[in-house]
Amino acid sequence: MVSRAETSGWALAVLLLMAAAIPWFLWGDATTIAGLPLWLWWHVGLMGLAALVFYAFTRRAWGVGVRPGGERP
Amino acid sequence: MSTALQLAIVVGYLLLALAVGLVAYRLTERTAEDYYLASRTFGTVVLLFTTFATLLSAFTFFGGPDISYLYGPEWILVMGLMDGLIFAVLWYVVGYKQWLIGQARGHVTLGEMLGDRFGSSRLRALVAVVSLFWLFPYVMLQQIGAGGALAALTEGAVPYWAGATLITGFMIVYVVLAGMRGIAWTDTLQGAFMLATVWAALLWILVSVDGVGTINAGLAETAPEFLALGSDFYTPQRMLTFAVSIAFGVTMFPQVNQRFFAADSETVLKRTFALWPILVVLLFVPAFLLGTWAQGLGIQADIAAGENVLPLLLAEYVPAWFAALVIAGALAAMMSSSDSMLLSGAAYYTRDVHRTLVDPTVSDDRESRLGRIGVVVFAGGALLASLWVEAGAAGGGTIGAVLVDIGDLAFGGFAQLALPVIVALYWRRTTRTGLTAGVVVPQLVYVAFNFLPATPVGLPGLGDVTLFAGAYFGWGVSLYCMALGLLVTVGVSRATTAAPEEDAALYFEDLAD
Repeated sequence: MVSRAETSGWALAVLLLMAAAIPWFLWGDATTIAGLPLWLWWHVGLMGLAALVFYAFTRRAWGVGVRPGGERP
Repeated sequence: MSTALQLAIVVGYLLLALAVGLVAYRLTERTAEDYYLASRTFGTVVLLFTTFATLLSAFTFFGGPDISYLYGPEWILVMGLMDGLIFAVLWYVVGYKQWLIGQARGHVTLGEMLGDRFGSSRLRALVAVVSLFWLFPYVMLQQIGAGGALAALTEGAVPYWAGATLITGFMIVYVVLAGMRGIAWTDTLQGAFMLATVWAALLWILVSVDGVGTINAGLAETAPEFLALGSDFYTPQRMLTFAVSIAFGVTMFPQVNQRFFAADSETVLKRTFALWPILVVLLFVPAFLLGTWAQGLGIQADIAAGENVLPLLLAEYVPAWFAALVIAGALAAMMSSSDSMLLSGAAYYTRDVHRTLVDPTVSDDRESRLGRIGVVVFAGGALLASLWVEAGAAGGGTIGAVLVDIGDLAFGGFAQLALPVIVALYWRRTTRTGLTAGVVVPQLVYVAFNFLPATPVGLPGLGDVTLFAGAYFGWGVSLYCMALGLLVTVGVSRATTAAPEEDAALYFEDLAD
């Protein structure tokens, strides 16, 4: 069972990941590190973070919102 | 290195895939559920790679690098957001729920699942027909890509039509024999092969040009704006339109959607969900960087005239046998998409159209035979159509442009199904009429806006408005149609009442543990 607050937390985390997948704050930036654009490194790092967040979700909250009874009212 | 050797590598690869298919065939039971879904037994590695390989297509090796060559590598971000994040979430929201329902009720297709809940075989057939309408051009897209790849590899010694026919014939044989289990196994092989070849190509080129410094120096001269994020081509609106509409479209593609039913257990679904973003980065970063690097290395590719940049880049920097391996990887990408599409197309046709509208008494054993016939007809028809398309476009032979155009339309078309289906899965007041309208209306509008010529219309007070344009305020028309589908599904459901045959509990109470 997952509390409503935690459910909102997961939803927020996923939305933040999606919003940050493209680094809008680096728009027009051409800085390179080790020959590759900084924005590309950011993206790669963020996708790694996303995999960690997804993994944590499967451990703690899998089923929430999908399976009836997965969420505590 | 002779054409004969290159062909031998490609043919050798095809035979290896066929051998895997034959082993799977020996294990296949003669039931429809086994032929279409391998009796729902996929473990993590197989489900992950079969879905991944199925998603990938000629675009990974040709269309994508071509775009990165012309406009810069930002497409990597689009793919990451689309396949790594949005699709992963839909994997949970749509896929996991479908899996639960399928486990409880034994569904094999999306149409079947909806038809069962809404008590309507007409709805079931409608969903199948809409899906087949978009699937067909997408199969053509793979065949066009395969024919072009073989023609480029052999410098025309194997002409386009022969290459497309060879690949199609090969796929028919192994889809008919192997069914879902064989396809998934070859997908696993193909996915691993693609990853290995694309990284090897990247490293090989890095070593032979003495590192990325040379490439960036070249970029600074030919395309100094490439490394800066964003451009006139990569606007936020365009990137988001593609990421959102393709991610939603992917979930409704029959060959991906059917895989939601095929997982062995919840654990498999959990692991694949968490591994998505990693796999996406591992494949698309090197594949699309190669396109941009070709620009920095001064490779001259006339994309508009139908050339693809990746084969040209490889011809310049790697030995011919290795280039042949990468092209075999590209063919693997196309085949792993097409074989699954053929099988799913056959499943949709036999189960949802033929069985519901033509002959409801088909036995399980006859159905799996009928499915195999469906594969042959579907693949053969698509081959004829793609040969015809290429003959018509003979002046330019613009393979890349054709690929991107048709492919984009198909994804957008499937995306129109996603929101009505999600509403049906999660909102118990959805009615049969509401869902039917939600499926039909956005499809019609989407088709109209893509196929009718843009027409300026004078509106009182607003001035000239262009009807049937491809985008408004920078946002693609597929997004507007998706929003329309959502509104229609909810609005019509609210205005109507459930028919007596509907059974909402199938998607809700019946799933409680």
